[in-house]
Amino acid sequence: MKFEGEHLLPGQLGHFFIILGLIASGVAAFSFIKSIATKEIQQKSSWEKLARYSFITQGISLLLIFSVLFYICYNHLFEYMYAYKHASKELESKFLLACIWEGQEGSFLLWAIWQAVLGYIILRRKKEWSSSVLAVISIAQVCLFFMILGIYFGDVRIGNSPFTLTRNEIAAPIFSRPDYLNLIQDGMGLNVLLRNYWMVIHPPFLFLGFASTIVPFAFAISSLIQKKYTQWVKPAIPWTLFSICVLGLGIMMGGKWAYESLSFGGYWAWDPVENASFVPWLIIVAGMHTMLIFNATGHSLRASFFFAMMGFVFVLYSTFLTRTGVLGDASVHAFTEAGKAINVMIGSFVFLFAVPALLLFFVRYAKIPAIHKEEATGSREFWMFIGSLMLFLTSIFIIAKTSLPVYNKLFGTNIANPEDVEFSYNKVVVIVAFIIGLLTAVGQYLKYKETPAKYLLKKIAVPTLVAAVVATLLGIFYPIHFYKHGMGFLIAIYAALFAAIYSVIANAYYIWGGLKGNLRFSGGSVSHAGFALMIAGMLISSGNKQVISNASVNGINIPVAKDANGKQTEDPMENLTLLRDVPTTMGDYWVTYTGKTFGNEKGKRFYHLQFQKKDSSKSKEEFSLNPDVYVMKDNNMSSNPDTRNYLSKDIFTYISFALNESGNRDTGSFHIMEMNPGDTGYYDHGYVILNKVERNPDNGKYHFKPNDVAMQADVRIVNKDGKSVTAHPAIQVDNIGIVNFDDTLYAQNMFVRFAGISKEGKVKIGVKTSNGVIDFITVKAYVFPWINIVWLGIAFMAIGALMSVLQRTQAKPRVWAAVLVVASLAIFYLFLFANQ
Amino acid sequence: MKKTHIIILVGIAALIVGLLTYAVDFSTYDSIASARKKEGKFVHIIAKLDKDQPVEYDPIKNPNYLSFTAIDSLGNKTKVVYLNSKPTDFEKSERLVMKGTMKPEYFECKDMLLKCPSKYKDDKEQLQKNVTATTGNGESR
Repeated sequence: MKFEGEHLLPGQLGHFFIILGLIASGVAAFSFIKSIATKEIQQKSSWEKLARYSFITQGISLLLIFSVLFYICYNHLFEYMYAYKHASKELESKFLLACIWEGQEGSFLLWAIWQAVLGYIILRRKKEWSSSVLAVISIAQVCLFFMILGIYFGDVRIGNSPFTLTRNEIAAPIFSRPDYLNLIQDGMGLNVLLRNYWMVIHPPFLFLGFASTIVPFAFAISSLIQKKYTQWVKPAIPWTLFSICVLGLGIMMGGKWAYESLSFGGYWAWDPVENASFVPWLIIVAGMHTMLIFNATGHSLRASFFFAMMGFVFVLYSTFLTRTGVLGDASVHAFTEAGKAINVMIGSFVFLFAVPALLLFFVRYAKIPAIHKEEATGSREFWMFIGSLMLFLTSIFIIAKTSLPVYNKLFGTNIANPEDVEFSYNKVVVIVAFIIGLLTAVGQYLKYKETPAKYLLKKIAVPTLVAAVVATLLGIFYPIHFYKHGMGFLIAIYAALFAAIYSVIANAYYIWGGLKGNLRFSGGSVSHAGFALMIAGMLISSGNKQVISNASVNGINIPVAKDANGKQTEDPMENLTLLRDVPTTMGDYWVTYTGKTFGNEKGKRFYHLQFQKKDSSKSKEEFSLNPDVYVMKDNNMSSNPDTRNYLSKDIFTYISFALNESGNRDTGSFHIMEMNPGDTGYYDHGYVILNKVERNPDNGKYHFKPNDVAMQADVRIVNKDGKSVTAHPAIQVDNIGIVNFDDTLYAQNMFVRFAGISKEGKVKIGVKTSNGVIDFITVKAYVFPWINIVWLGIAFMAIGALMSVLQRTQAKPRVWAAVLVVASLAIFYLFLFANQ
Repeated sequence: MKKTHIIILVGIAALIVGLLTYAVDFSTYDSIASARKKEGKFVHIIAKLDKDQPVEYDPIKNPNYLSFTAIDSLGNKTKVVYLNSKPTDFEKSERLVMKGTMKPEYFECKDMLLKCPSKYKDDKEQLQKNVTATTGNGESR
């Protein structure tokens, strides 16, 4: 059958480039290896030439595949499954990129593109190690191309191509019609949870971070194969630093996104998907430190090999966890399963890299040069090694816990997470934070080989003293109120917080005291201070996070358990119902739900909450927050928070329950009273006084013109309790007929209508009370104090890592300054200002 | 033995201890019947919302009280009390992962994960439904 209106050319092109890229990367891998193995100079260089051109070919193929896919989504070619699944006509164009990496295929593509870009940089620099590193990257490219290949071998489809046709993927009767494309009105579109500018920025960063971990891996494994054990470390350090910077940023961008626009109520929840990206980061940080040790002292080479390889291996393992559906019930945002064949392929990808790496490491272990003299206890390398080991063990702890669903699959068990998942991580990690805080505070003041005790004491006395004073003041004037898990945990929080403050101050001081203000060498201090600042921010903002939509203050009063000191120990009930126009107390504020409006996109509703500071004697602080609820085409609802940012805190609120617009039309009728101005009429809940009638009013409420035929009544309503309110219903007569502008008194549950003029010239006022009109929303609201410290910390950490990259690649001062200024501005803007 | 070796061993021991302490408060996936046998213990139950029974949620009275009946794959039923707001699309959910403890009268749910049909685009059956639904509208226009 011939189908009408299909555009098959882009798909064919895309498919062609996938195959071309696969072959090219295969050729690149083979000839890079060949060029290393060949001794004869001329042959060697011709193999190398072939390899380089093939590598460039696969890179260009990837860019073309991406362009074709973008073209398909941009032009809404719904004959392609990818466009149908991820794009839709109403989607703003900035989200078109997001469509591409919403799906598995697109995100593999993104990963492959970054590896190609990094490979190209290595290729351009033409160092002696380039070929062996590129050989490893080329093999990884082959694997990634297989993931998006989409060719059948017998009944098994190898990889999922992004260029499959909708009619081939879905069995539905309409595909038997040649004009089926006219019937597909629109695509399914991007999941609304993902319609956020972070969805455009976060995935590229995260995948660049993931992709970059292959470089240290490639350095390490090719050195093991070629038995050149020591030369790789120096060139691998800047790459590892780059990974740390980008992956760290990528992870925290995810946190910022979750915090800003998803109703998770925070930036980190120890979700398996979060853990899976955090673990490789911890390992490469450990690896970077051991590499530094080796560079300075010759110690820790074996550990460097191990960590450099494990970083990438755990990136692959994370891929396996998040993309094969194995996490299932354990995670809220893993990719869902995409077919058995692809799962097997992802599994093989992991094994293909992990098994040879580990085998080789153990086979060569004894041959890797190691210094047999011990590190001195007073040396920098000793404590750096302890820190690296700490990070590695923490990462194993985290991944061991995260892999719970894998054990269940393997052994048929039914173990589940403990009651309080977050606490089960936090209680361990808080101790790690304490130790890392101390190590990063003191570490830089130690010298390699041996530190004279006198020197250390002299140098560190000032920052220690300052830190002790700051920490004590903080403890007195801004104590942490986190009693939920008992005194032991609270003490641990304080210990970690003090260590973090110590580290911030010691590292900041070191830039002046140790480096004499030489900023070019201060990357380490800046990133340590940033990391510690972030930890301090996390401890403060989470430790003193306050639920202000607390039902126990809302007159409902559900008793909350209190300990002997009268401190609250149990989670308060976190939802609060706000009736329309009824001010309700929430923390330090009176909050009124004043109504809702519709957003630009179909199905988006904004709810307006007016916040007013209770103690308004000092300043009249008032603001409104507009969290929204989004009903998608498939009737799924998503709730997006709104946040009021202050320097010192965020007030964060989102809708946890809202009635659907199911139009529960009210059936009651108006009780009509006829009266003259000044008269009083009675209804079943009180009485009504008609104050006056105004012709063609032009005021805050109505804007009639002088030649309109309209009237507004000023009515005072007094109910049984003696409460009095005024209403301003109006009526207008035009050439179409009579229009009633009823006034709705939400707080009283009441409609007031100007019903007309009687024959005797009296004004007809209608009153209707109803239970059906109650308009309300249920919200959750939190205060996160000092959360900006978290963002400031991550920004400094990334900038510090970047400074080290620049310093170690011997960037010229001008380049150094330019890159740093641009990157810093971008990072600060993204994390601290973009949402305001 | 070298210092670093000792420290590595101590570190690994600490890791094992850490994981073991974690093992103490492990929970399990249970059916309603097996959860009844361990009343008061924290468990995970995978079940469905029993759509024949009423769902009680009155946010004006108490936004933190939801009660409904859950039925598991073995056909056992239990009343569930969830002290939180009603999740969006609760009635449409196809599967619930409920975390909490069994009480004599009801299951007290602390946390709940919902599996709703259309959140999963990669589900082929759902895509078929979608195609049929959108094109159905198209034809009537």
